[in-house]
Amino acid sequence: MRAQFVLKEIGIGLRRNLTMTVAVVVTVAVSLAMVGAGLLIRAQVAEMKDFWYDRVEVSIFLCSEFDASSNSACVSGAVSKSQRSQIESDLAELDEVQAVFYESKEQAYTLFQEEFADSAIVDTVAPEQLPESFRVKLVDPEQFAIIASAFDGRPGVESVVDQKEQLEPFFKFLNKLTLASVSIAGLVLIAAVLLVVNTVRVAAFTRRRETGIMRLVGASNFYIQVPFLLEGAIAGLLGAVVAAGLLVAAYYFLILGSFKPDFAFIQQWVGWDTVLTIVPVLLVLGMVISALASFFTLRRYLRV
Amino acid sequence: MIRFDNVTKVYPSQARPALNEISVEVDKGEFVFLVGASGSGKSTFLRLVLREERPSRGQIHVAGKELNKLSSWKVPALRRRIGTVFQDFRLLPNKNVFENVAFALEVLGRSKADIAVAVPEVLELVGLDGKEGRLPDELSGGEQQRVAIARAFVNRPMLLIADEPTGNLDPATSVGIMRLLDRINRTGTTVVMASHDAAIVDQMRKRVIELESGDLVRDQTRGVYGYAR
Repeated sequence: MRAQFVLKEIGIGLRRNLTMTVAVVVTVAVSLAMVGAGLLIRAQVAEMKDFWYDRVEVSIFLCSEFDASSNSACVSGAVSKSQRSQIESDLAELDEVQAVFYESKEQAYTLFQEEFADSAIVDTVAPEQLPESFRVKLVDPEQFAIIASAFDGRPGVESVVDQKEQLEPFFKFLNKLTLASVSIAGLVLIAAVLLVVNTVRVAAFTRRRETGIMRLVGASNFYIQVPFLLEGAIAGLLGAVVAAGLLVAAYYFLILGSFKPDFAFIQQWVGWDTVLTIVPVLLVLGMVISALASFFTLRRYLRV
Repeated sequence: MIRFDNVTKVYPSQARPALNEISVEVDKGEFVFLVGASGSGKSTFLRLVLREERPSRGQIHVAGKELNKLSSWKVPALRRRIGTVFQDFRLLPNKNVFENVAFALEVLGRSKADIAVAVPEVLELVGLDGKEGRLPDELSGGEQQRVAIARAFVNRPMLLIADEPTGNLDPATSVGIMRLLDRINRTGTTVVMASHDAAIVDQMRKRVIELESGDLVRDQTRGVYGYAR
């Protein structure tokens, strides 16, 4: 009986206020979809960082005879045998270093051939033109500076290159994307909250006759307010459901359907498990935000 | 039933108190007229009884409860024991007679079976049996006021507060409404009625409390509207 009465009141309220309800649903949906996208991008960034930072190396390129004229670091000509073995043993002594691989000119050439197999450039390059190098894997990829200061400028070293540095702009871009998404989400969320406040205010006003009579005959505050609260919460929940749908669709069509095959070099993608943990967050967020907004509005407009 | 002890009510925006040091007692089962010009404090008096307002000074007891000490979540329980009728009826235009009366029970969470018994009973009491399905627009003013009285009385309150219930009605219809209120009073319900209507007050010969600019100027058993008459 009680439930039936409350449900009836909510139905009447939502229908009578249809345009406002739709506005609430749409703004909540857009804002929460942005929140979801932000969370998804963040998860993706974390995923890729894990993957790439596990693989990035510091390359110490050694001088070859070709560098002597073009590179000031290699004025004394190609690296000597003793210089090379000295570098190798120094590297082995460093605690920060996890592993060291030596890449000869021939190995570099083979890799080069594989990488540019389809390109005409392969035929113009000879093995002697490619530098030999040490590939250094660090325990903590952030500690590049130690290697750089120890080996840069040493006789026989042409340059020290941190692969992580080359990834940095990419991650910076993704972080900015996350920030932008969350900022827009925040702005739209403010609009959504204000709309909920307005909707509940209008609802309370259009039903002031009913609520006035309810107060007079002694209906409890709870009984008077619950239909309005649930109205807000249901509109918020509907918005969140739409947002969740958008997120799932975006994941399925954009990431699985388009990005993943198009950007094959990124092997690590967020999985369905991440998407499915974001969905309940959105649902709860949508419901709680609009119920809270309704609650604080009612405290001002429906007093005993 | 109602006791005012030195009650003063000052509204924030006004210098002059709406009620000034009022002490009065209404016993269970009494029928009391509250008379006075507009702005004399009648409505404030009734709003204080309903605890729609709190007194600035003094104490009010209603149905054994001291209203100053009553926490706000207990106010609904107080109002369930008080029926209220207004000059403008305050019916829901999109609900029919039955639904308007039933609404008062629905919002208290009463069962359908209870409502199916209580509503026809009270509609018969007020003389509206057979008009359950009419909308308020399809009723005369007197009939609409009867619906409002039925709604106020369906909970069998101990106290019925009527704020100028005949203010919008012609004299003949008013007499009918007064008979109805009298009948409700005879069931043991205390009735407090604010009125401008000298003819009705004179005719009923009930206790009269007169307010003038917030002061209690007369409290007379079996009184009339004014001395001059």
